[in-house]
Amino acid sequence: MATPTTTQPRGSAKVNRLGLEKSVYKGLDSTLCNGCGHDSISARIIDACWELGIKAEYVAKFSGIGCSSKSPAYFLSRSHGFNSLHGRMPSVATGAMVANNTLTGIGVSGDGDTGSIGFGQFKHAVRRNVPMVYIIENNGVYGLTKGQFSATADVGQELKHAGLNELPPIDLCLEALVADCGFVARAFAGDPKQVTELVKAALSFKGTAVIDIISPCVTFNDKDDSTKSYSWGKTHNERIFDVTFVPSYEEITVDYDEGQAKEVELHDGSKIVLKKVDRSHDPTNRMAAITLMEQAKTNQLFVTGLIYINSDRPDLRDYEDLPETPLALMPSSVTRPSKESLTKLMQGMM
Amino acid sequence: MAVEVQTKPATQSPSREPIVNDFSITIATKNGSGSQTANATILRALFKMGIPVSGKNIFPSNIQGLPTWYTIRVNKDGFTARKDESEILIAMNKATVIEDVQKMKPGTMCIYSDGLGYTPQRDDVIFYKIPAAKMAATSGLEGKLRGYAENMAYVGVLANLLGIEYVELEAALSHQFKGKAKAVEPNTKTIKAAMEWAKAELTKTDPYRVERMDKTTGMITIDGNTAAALGAVYGGVTFAAWYPITPATSVAEALGYYLKQLRTDPATQKPTYSIIQAEDELAALGMVVGAGWAGARAMTSTSGPGISLMAEFAGYAYFTEIPAVIVNVQRMGPSTGLPTRTSQGDVIPCYFLGHGDSKHPCLLPGTIKEIFEFSWRALDLAERFQTPIFLLTDLDFGMNQWMSESFDYPDREIDRGKVLSAEDLVRLKGNWGRYRDVDGDGIGWRTLPGTDHPLAAYFTRGTGHTDRATYSEKPEDWEGNLERLNRKFESARKVLPAPVEDQVDGAEIGIIGFGSTDPAIVEARVLLAKKGIKTSYMRLRALPLSESVSSFIRAHERVYVVEMNTDAQMTQLLRLDTPELAARIFQLNKNDGLPLTARWISESLQKMEA
Repeated sequence: MATPTTTQPRGSAKVNRLGLEKSVYKGLDSTLCNGCGHDSISARIIDACWELGIKAEYVAKFSGIGCSSKSPAYFLSRSHGFNSLHGRMPSVATGAMVANNTLTGIGVSGDGDTGSIGFGQFKHAVRRNVPMVYIIENNGVYGLTKGQFSATADVGQELKHAGLNELPPIDLCLEALVADCGFVARAFAGDPKQVTELVKAALSFKGTAVIDIISPCVTFNDKDDSTKSYSWGKTHNERIFDVTFVPSYEEITVDYDEGQAKEVELHDGSKIVLKKVDRSHDPTNRMAAITLMEQAKTNQLFVTGLIYINSDRPDLRDYEDLPETPLALMPSSVTRPSKESLTKLMQGMM
Repeated sequence: MAVEVQTKPATQSPSREPIVNDFSITIATKNGSGSQTANATILRALFKMGIPVSGKNIFPSNIQGLPTWYTIRVNKDGFTARKDESEILIAMNKATVIEDVQKMKPGTMCIYSDGLGYTPQRDDVIFYKIPAAKMAATSGLEGKLRGYAENMAYVGVLANLLGIEYVELEAALSHQFKGKAKAVEPNTKTIKAAMEWAKAELTKTDPYRVERMDKTTGMITIDGNTAAALGAVYGGVTFAAWYPITPATSVAEALGYYLKQLRTDPATQKPTYSIIQAEDELAALGMVVGAGWAGARAMTSTSGPGISLMAEFAGYAYFTEIPAVIVNVQRMGPSTGLPTRTSQGDVIPCYFLGHGDSKHPCLLPGTIKEIFEFSWRALDLAERFQTPIFLLTDLDFGMNQWMSESFDYPDREIDRGKVLSAEDLVRLKGNWGRYRDVDGDGIGWRTLPGTDHPLAAYFTRGTGHTDRATYSEKPEDWEGNLERLNRKFESARKVLPAPVEDQVDGAEIGIIGFGSTDPAIVEARVLLAKKGIKTSYMRLRALPLSESVSSFIRAHERVYVVEMNTDAQMTQLLRLDTPELAARIFQLNKNDGLPLTARWISESLQKMEA
């Protein structure tokens, strides 16, 4: 059950805790195909940021190349955006998030961008625990080049020009788990509430929060037998939890029976409430999460929800022991050592 | 223990005039045998005796076992270029001793270890056989470390024969081990033992000796990679990402060492910088570009293959106008090439790195002092022009110890370039465009992420864009943007370091060079002058080329471009920039992996003149 995060102002339009209307969080009009799953994800990012009352000026948006990577232009127009190179979003975000430790990072990538050309950078960003929300808009197909298989395509899947795919898919949630990611989730673009709650939780997570969102490509890969299609998603989506995110500034008002839900507290004091549905899964157990994902892969099950969470790992900013002042804003008086220090160094080399 | 310090060679050959402070020493060892410390000790001691000196390590791409030659040049006139041959050979490698001795000219000398099982075959070379292993035993070290101490045996014997002062050897070791007596002592023990042994057992019949001078006062010894790192430190670097690669690795290592020393906040003990070892060079430059975009003073350092991987981000940063500094310690290419040999083969690759019409200002330091200066200036230039700046050095500069003038503190404030703050945006009522040329210099104003103003944000993209950074495929937007980038490039041309010129009255011949070939060119001009050939010299210090280049070429009948690459890259760029003068420009290039020698330049130029 959604928690009330907005208040009714004097006028008719709803505003969030910053006094901002949702329209402030919008981006440019999308140029993606009508009905594209990616656009609904953009809408959920807008919902999540607005509902949490995040100050968009302190958000940095990142992407690589591909249909998915266009989408940061379609949300949070008050945030700086960085549409980088194909598969290189992780390195760019790494540099930016270290350069300014006050920024919140939201990255949007695709299955080609993350699972193929950027696979190495993805794994290393997770390994470093770069503080950012890492959304993969996964449709199993290369849309922008009109319909080639991606590395997440199913075995046996057929595409008009590409033919039959015989190679096993790369499961990006499993890959994140194996790389010690502390926040691994899978969702379906057609399940707005779940996506919104997961994005909200990810925004409060300290470290890399990976959300693999199955986002059907209505133009090239929306066939009923594709696991990345709307009809498959709707009929096979098996939620492991009902996810509710409760920000630190709110009381938990979620309604659940004793023993039916699990609460996970995040670094900033906010909480993720996971209400069990029917499957038994402990999202704080990494081996259980790996097993769940392996089973899902073998049986082509489409389980969604928060698969794994561990908020104990230091993030990259901890590893780098960053000072309070962002590196980007360090004054010259700090960054240039004194003349005397150079004289001393030179004397030592004489 | 009191040590008798020997300052004069025991016996002087009566038949030959002494040769003082003017010879080269080649030390032939096996890679990984620990000779680096010994060689650096000799170099440093000579330097501290006030004698101009240079050292070059000709080493294999290997950790242990393959042959290494270290050459030390002692020259009273201050010439520091590599010489073609040495007068003194220290033979410590069984595998190469026969060949090494064959290369010696008559009248020269050779110190060799008795452990080589070598019997001299020449009677026109003076030989000194030393019991290196026995002397090493005096160090008190065991195992592998004792093997290292064998190198100190030749240091001691050489010191005795040449007259290198013991106190300077001891000071040099202390300098290297940063005063750690425990590391210094075993080495000095062996040196002392070797000096005493040589005094008692050897009769000096060679003419070579050193004498104290005062020509290194106020100078330092340092390698180019440390100079580059220090430049960045004093340039206010706040972020560096890198990937290990020979010969650039020590830039990042020195950066870490000095940043820790100089840029740890005294109050919090936290670093005011961040260094990340990336997963590859793609990611290294990607991180730098991300950090530069967010407002850090960001740099990376790499070499050959790393430059190839950085091509995509270099082009991206050029087009999206993000500051970045890339230090390229050039090594021999193409491909993996010769990782431990020097070259100037990345001039054109760096200048035009990236697909489409990309081009980048390149700084070409020609002295170690300039490496330091250009390194801090590169950070300013990158932010001023919002573009990648390449600092091109090479392996000879980067990994060898050089004698250098001491470095000057930056003579200007740190330049953060054109950045709009939230207050600026209020003043402008939010009316700004990221790529708008409001100042006529082609450089737009940028905002940093995290700027607290609703209109501060813009969208960075490698695709076509308007001056407000919105997506555009319109031909006029594309052309307008590229024209502005060219304007910006021209603005950069005007402020980049100008060439250093020495125009000689009546000289028909001009020499153009850049980078580490400077010492060889300087000496070659003296050799040429002795033959009655007057030359002018222009040392380029940056790309794009300064406008003064064409007047230099015009002032001479023939201009020879000295460079260490196969395709005469700078020659081609000069011809491209001054097509009307192309017929006067001649290539004088060599690319065999070794630093150029003055003799090669002088003789090759004379051949071409003939």
